[in-house]
Formats: sequence, C-alpha cells, structure tokens
Amino acid sequence: MNRLIHYDITVGGEEVLTGSGLKAGNMVKGKKIVLAGNPNVGKSALFNILTGLYVDVSNYSGTTLDMACGRYNGDVIIEAPGVYGLSSINDEEKITRDIILAADIVVNVINSLHLDRDLFFTLQIIDMGIPMVIALNMTDEAVQRGLGINIRLLEELLGVPVVSIAAVRGIGIDELKKKIYTARPGHAHFQPIEKINKMLHRMNRREALLVIEGDTELSECYGVKPGTDREAIYRARRERVNQIVAQVVREINKDAGIAARLGNWMLLPVTGFPLLALTLWAVYKLVGVFLAQSVVDFTGDVMNGYYEPAVRSLLSGIMSPEGVLYTILAGQYGVLTLTVTYLIGLLFPLVLGIFFVLSILEDSGYMPRIATLLDRALTGIGLNGQAVIPLLLGFGCVTMACITTRILGSDRERRIAVFLLALGIPCSAQIAIITAVLAGSGALYMLLYVLFMLGIVLCAGTLLKRFLPGRPFPLLIELPPLRLPGVQNVCQKAWGRSYQFIKEAFPIFAMGTLLLGIFDAYGFLHELQRLLAPITVSWLHLPEDVADIFIMGFIRKEFGAAAVLNLQMLPLQKFIVMLTLSLTVPCIASAMVIFKERGWREGLLIWAVVFILAFLIGGLATRLLEIWLA
Amino acid sequence: MTLDNVRKGQLIRISNIPDEETRIKAIRFGISEGEVVTCLEVVPAGPVVVSKNKQEIAIGRSLASAILVEPC
Repeated sequence: MNRLIHYDITVGGEEVLTGSGLKAGNMVKGKKIVLAGNPNVGKSALFNILTGLYVDVSNYSGTTLDMACGRYNGDVIIEAPGVYGLSSINDEEKITRDIILAADIVVNVINSLHLDRDLFFTLQIIDMGIPMVIALNMTDEAVQRGLGINIRLLEELLGVPVVSIAAVRGIGIDELKKKIYTARPGHAHFQPIEKINKMLHRMNRREALLVIEGDTELSECYGVKPGTDREAIYRARRERVNQIVAQVVREINKDAGIAARLGNWMLLPVTGFPLLALTLWAVYKLVGVFLAQSVVDFTGDVMNGYYEPAVRSLLSGIMSPEGVLYTILAGQYGVLTLTVTYLIGLLFPLVLGIFFVLSILEDSGYMPRIATLLDRALTGIGLNGQAVIPLLLGFGCVTMACITTRILGSDRERRIAVFLLALGIPCSAQIAIITAVLAGSGALYMLLYVLFMLGIVLCAGTLLKRFLPGRPFPLLIELPPLRLPGVQNVCQKAWGRSYQFIKEAFPIFAMGTLLLGIFDAYGFLHELQRLLAPITVSWLHLPEDVADIFIMGFIRKEFGAAAVLNLQMLPLQKFIVMLTLSLTVPCIASAMVIFKERGWREGLLIWAVVFILAFLIGGLATRLLEIWLA
Repeated sequence: MTLDNVRKGQLIRISNIPDEETRIKAIRFGISEGEVVTCLEVVPAGPVVVSKNKQEIAIGRSLASAILVEPC
C-alpha cells in the first residue's frame, strides 16, 4: 500500500508538483530547484530574495511547516521544511523527502556557525547522488564570532560548488544565482554504494539509499524489507562530517562574547526569571499601557469622532435613518460603523503590537531559551519546554499556535497543547478587548482574571498529564545563537501577520454584525435571548441581552467581547462574561484548525469539552465571587 | 555516571544513549556516542545544556538521567 504523503503545489494556478513522492512532478515545465537544509538556517530568507515573495522568517526551528513555492527564471523554486535528515520520522521529514526525491537541483542552505550539524544532512543528499550547490549562509556572523571557513577546501572535499552568502543582508546572492546551474553530484561515501548498486534495477539511487537507511514507507512502496544499516551509516556519516569540519574550520577567536554570556544568563533560574519578568514587564508597558491606552484612545476617538459621523451623514443623505437598511449599515451593530471602528480603531494597533513583540522574541533566539528555562515547570502539565513556543504564540493568534503544535515531539503533547490553547490561552484580539473592558473595573479584576486563567490552565494540564495515556516526551532542542533581530524583518513580519489577521477577520466580523443587525431589525434576537436565558440569567446571573455576546462569540470571540463595551453591567458581571468567553474556543478559524490538526472526532470532543467547561467554570466562579465579594 | 550529574564546565564523553529514536535525533544534532562535549550549563532541576563547537543543545532532565557519560 502506498502511504506517501500526497500533495499538489501550484504556482500562479499552474500545477508544479503533484501526486506522491514516486510519481511527483512528471508534468513540470522547467527544472525543480529545491531549497533544503536544517531548520533555522535561512532558507526562507533566501527564498524571499530569489522569488521576491515573502515567507515568514524567524529564529526558531520549524517556521516552514508547509512548503513555499515560486518561479525563478522559468524554473520552479520549492522551499522544503527544515529537517535534520531524511527519513520518515515525522511529517516534515516525509514532505521534505518527497520534495527532494523529485528535485532536479538541490540548493543546500547551511549555517556557517553549525557546519558540524548541517553537513550531516548535506552528506545524506550527496550520498543520494542529487546535483547540488551549497549556499553557506550567515558567513558574516561566523566572521564576527571568530570562525574562519576554508571554502575552496570544503568544495574540494564535498565535490560540489560552495557559495558564501549572508541572505538577510543580500550578500553573495549574485554569485549564488550564477552557480545554481553549475550544480553537480558530490563525492558520495563509498560504504553504501555497493548495496545501492544491487537495488538499482528496482528503484533509483535516491530511493535506494533511503531504503537501505530503513525508510519504512519507501520500502513498503517497493515491497522490500527496510534496511537495518541506518545506525552504521549514520555513524560513518557523522565521522566523515567531523573530519571535514576539523579540516575546514579554523577558530580565530575563542572569546565567548557578550551574546553567549547573555544567552547563559537567560537559561539559569537566578538570572533567567528576572530577565523573563523584565521582558514581560516591557511587553506589558508597550502593549498593555502604551498601545491599549494611549494609542487606542486616540484611534478610537478618531473613529468615533470623525469616521462614524461622516459615514452616518453620508448615508442619511441617501436613505432614511429610520429604515432597516440604515440600521443594518450604521445602527448599533452597523456593518460600516461598528465593524470598522473595532477592527481599525481597537484591534489593529494592539494586534500589530503583539505580533511585533512575538517577532522580536522569535528572531532574537530568546524563545528556545525560555523553553529551556521553563522546561521543569511545563513537565508538571504534561508538556516539555518546547511547548512554550506554541503557548506563547497563542497569545498572538490561537489559530497559528495550533498549527505550530506540530513541532512538538509526540502526539500526546500535541493533544495537551491544543487543548490548553483552546481552553486557557486568550489571543491578541481577546487580550485587547479584555484589557479594554476590565481596565474600567479596576486592578482587582485584572488580577483575578490572570489568576483564574492561570489556575485553570494548570489544573487542566495536571489532569491531562495524569489521565492521558502515554509517557512524557523529554526536551531535546538546539539553542540558536542569540542575535539582534533585524529591524526590517521584524517589522515586515509583524505587519504581514497583522494584515493577514485583519484581512481574515474583516469578512467574519462584517458577517457577524450583519447577522446581528438583521436579527435585531426583525426581532429574532429577543427570541434567542429568551431561549438562552436559563444559561445567561439563571446560571451566570447576567442580564438577558448578554446572549448576543455569546451568540457572536460563536463566530469570533473578540467580536462578542467587544460588544460588552456597549452593555451596562456590574464589574463582576463583566468579569464573568470575559472569563467565560476567554475559556471557549476563540473563533471559527481556530476551531477549523483544531478539527484539521486533531481530526474530526478528537476536534469535536475538544471543542465540546472546552465549551461545557467554560460555562461550568463561569457559573462556579459567579457563585464563588458573589460570596467572597459580598 | 549519568548526564544529569555532570557539573557546569565539565568535559565529558557520551558513552551510551538508551533509546534508538533519541540516538538518531542526537546524531543529527552532532552528538553521537563516543563524542566529547562540554557541559555548558545545568539548570537546577531542569535541562542540561551541552555544547560541541558552536552548537548548543538543551536536554531535558529525565532524558539526561538516562544518558551514560564518562568524565575526560
């Protein structure tokens, strides 16, 4: 049975690669140039330069979970997900394997600082006999860190062209462009060749090597037994890498430098927690104080004071202000008034700020160090330190974070992380609204909110750890060198993600307001409010019209939360609404991603459990706080 | 001796990594059995950070306690 991953790649509507790894790409015009390499070596940056398209670039492993694809001189450039080697250990490796099996030319991007790690993958591709050119990236950084690399000797030992580049600065790109088409197969290691030759009548050399290395999926395709020599070949390859590195790398200066020392401080609890606290405080000052108060006050005033009156006066010139259409377009839930004001005046500045902060954390290499620092704490909730990355990203966008859970080592961890993201991590848009709503109720409610959310996440994690079958997966990650994030990349990334966010949110927001407006205009809303009264009024002790908030919350949570600003409620009631809404699954998009990542059955179960828990906790919190605050 | 008992700054040789999946992953990171690495940092009750050349790897405490090493 053929169980290779199936994929279709198109560029500008034209099919480029299709089918499984075995039949991939027979219909392609032009050569297939594949950018491959370890995670975090600069493939995306190089891809952006060569194709002129923009792909997210960060300083942690696994940004490219799906492949990117673009045109270059009539040929096709495909950026493969970053992997440390080829086999079928996880989905990224399977995708990369299939892309490389179909490649005409591989541009192997390697990080000058990590030759001994990156060359391992390089030698595997060389052993497969694929024409290759090496882009030796971050050579500027290597020089700064006191590393000298003998490029001519490296070319000679590997037998393929090597070009020294610094992709983010655009250095060496012209030479690389010239050399791409001089790619050739390198000097393969003699050891596996004999075995490969015996299999060439059944499959090509690339596949033969992977079968010898024990790739179960490929072996199954050809009906042969997977090889058992993986460890022996890997060991020999590792040995050869070590020899090459010993010959070509010269350390000029062994001083660790300030970056390395700072990197160490970030890892140790004594210095690491204060540094983390300082970072979070700075983030709070930027997002929670400067953006959420000063900037949003200003943009909100502009929208309320100039934009909305302008729209209303324009519309009342065309139609009667008492009509149904006017109510829908510019009434309390007006598509042209409320939607635009919330998106542009309230959400956009905050979302931009949060993505800006996350981009800096990613690009600097601080993220994996936070993971190491918090590893111990996260083992308590059934995760390891690596889960910090999706959990932190969740504060930006839960949808995106759910996709990032793929970097986690085991299915059990992915399950726990997705559940916690769905239940207890509010996304940037929600944080924005929550800050705005609770800021009016005083610091006590803010503190209560944080404590409740934290407590709920900890309890849920502990229970999942206790009762989910399977064993915890220990941390094993690399710490990339600390570097000063590039201003351009950070801004580009923050802007790109925020734009994407608003673009995606706008139609859903508009649809939501439209629906609510129509319901309102025809009186359906009152019916629904009455139907939901047992939950809202009796269980959560809230006014009846809160129901529209929950109804809207189904579509997009922050939209529902935003409507709270318009309702007259007691501080405690506002708090309960915020808490309950935070606990339900953020938006339709994230629910869809959860279904996609976890499958329909598990996705539906997660969604239902989260939903029931949210209202259960909301009701319990109401009673608890009513007693406590009385 | 196991890796979780190593002191900061100590030079050690990895003598045994127990499970195959971890072994394969570690070889790719540049750390195989027989390799000499430096213990860069030990986070109290947390991961052990080892380095080889410029490569730094954080290894969770439970995994570190299963990796056999010898001082050198």
